[in-house]
Parts: sequence; C-alpha cells; structure tokens
Amino acid sequence: MPVISSTKNLEALSLTLVAEFDAAVERVWQIWEDPRQLERWWGPPNYPATFDRFDFQPGGNADYYMTTPEGEKPRGWWKFRTIEAPRKLEFDDGFADETGVPVDAMGSAHAAVDLEDLGGRTRMTIMSTFDSEEQMEEMVQMGMEEGMKEAAGQIDAVLAQHARA
Amino acid sequence: MVVYQLRDADVDRLFQALADATRRDIVRRVTAGEYSVSGLAALYAMSFAAVQKHVAVLERASLVMKEKRGREQIVRGNHEGLQKARRLLDEYEAIWRQRAERIADILAEG
Repeated sequence: MPVISSTKNLEALSLTLVAEFDAAVERVWQIWEDPRQLERWWGPPNYPATFDRFDFQPGGNADYYMTTPEGEKPRGWWKFRTIEAPRKLEFDDGFADETGVPVDAMGSAHAAVDLEDLGGRTRMTIMSTFDSEEQMEEMVQMGMEEGMKEAAGQIDAVLAQHARA
Repeated sequence: MVVYQLRDADVDRLFQALADATRRDIVRRVTAGEYSVSGLAALYAMSFAAVQKHVAVLERASLVMKEKRGREQIVRGNHEGLQKARRLLDEYEAIWRQRAERIADILAEG
C-alpha cells in the first residue's frame, strides 16, 4: 500500500494524502511531467483521462477530457502555478465546457504536490483544496473549518430529517 | 467498485457548491422548506441574478431542485442529492488512494 496517511478534512474542504513509492524522486516526477504517464493513473480504468494540451511550465495550461463508459467526454483544465522539478508542483484545476472554455461559475480547485527524497525512495504529499474567491474571503473572516462544519452538520441534519420522514 | 463509478467532476462540483457561505445558507433554508428565488434574493445583500447563479450551482451539484410555479421559481432541497453528497465526500479520499496504487504500478514497471 503506497498510501501511508491521509487527512481528510471535509470541514476545510481539503485532503492531504501522503504516499511513499519505491522509486527515486526523479522517476516519480515523471508521472506528473509526462502526460502519457499521467493519463495512465489520473482517471480510473473505466474513466480514462486524455490530455490534449500539456504546456508544462509556470503559467502554462493543460486541457484534458475523461471518457465515460457511456462515451461522454467531460472536459477539464489545469493551470500550472509552480513547477520546481523534481520536488514541487502546484496547479489549479477546474471544469470546461465541451469546447474547452473554462466554466467560471464552478470556481477552481488547487493541488500542491511535494516530493521528498527518502534516500532512493520517495514520499509524495498531495494537498487538494477546493476554493473560490468567496471562499477565500470567508476563510479569512471565519476560519475555513468553521465554515464547512456547518455544511457537513447540515447534511447530517437533513439526512436525519429524511430518515424520520 | 463504487469508487470506479465516481467521476472527479461529481466530487469537485459538490465541494465547490458547498464552498460558499451564501450557498450553504440557501441549502439550509430550502431543505427546511421551499423558497422562491425572489424570496431568497430578499434575504441577501446581492442581486436577484447573483442569487439565481448560486441556486444554479447548487442545482448542478444536485443539492437543490428548482421548479417553475406560475411566475415564481420555487427552490427546495434535493434529499437524494444530499445523500449522494455524503457518500461522495466519503469516497473522495478513496479516489486518491486508487491513484496512488496506479502510480505504484507504473513505477514498478521500471
């Protein structure tokens, strides 16, 4: 099992996952840097991802689509924010319409990948956060955790209500 | 495997829909009872169009349902959607675990 720990913070809309791989940092970096390798693991086997643009440099964009078992092709985009080979990668990702144009209303998510050399082995830490401008503003005001606790609690309450009905 | 049937898109849509205080407030209100869009708009210091946009995001995330009744648009909670939301949140982590497994497999090829 490559995953050694994961911190799922629904309240904070973040997931931090730590995995260790029996390969050098440079090799692990390739699975992010090379779109053909990335395609092999980003989507599940029956929702494979295809990257048709991959401009791997800070400020560069990547466009991809996934192919569903029904033959639909939902599209997404990445924008690379930080690339420090072979240790650090940060990018935003979001949805696009069928022509590849980003759907602004949905906001975007953010991923930060860190690779650490463990003497031939590699520890990969991924932090995914989901945010929007409104959310960032709100984070400052009330603290991220407080915000989503409310949403999670609300889902619980609704489900409980539903169960009684 | 349930996980394999999940699209990241579903999870992202859900997280993003709930990542906003107004939208959370709308969900809370309309799950307790139905509201018209104009009724909701009266509650917030923002335009009718802005509230309508928030409702549309929630609708896409299957957290609320909207129906036209006369000249009003009525919004109410989507219970099935909320139940699904709960499940999706729990499984997001699993998606990444599976990705890590696939990465390990690729790396094992040398």
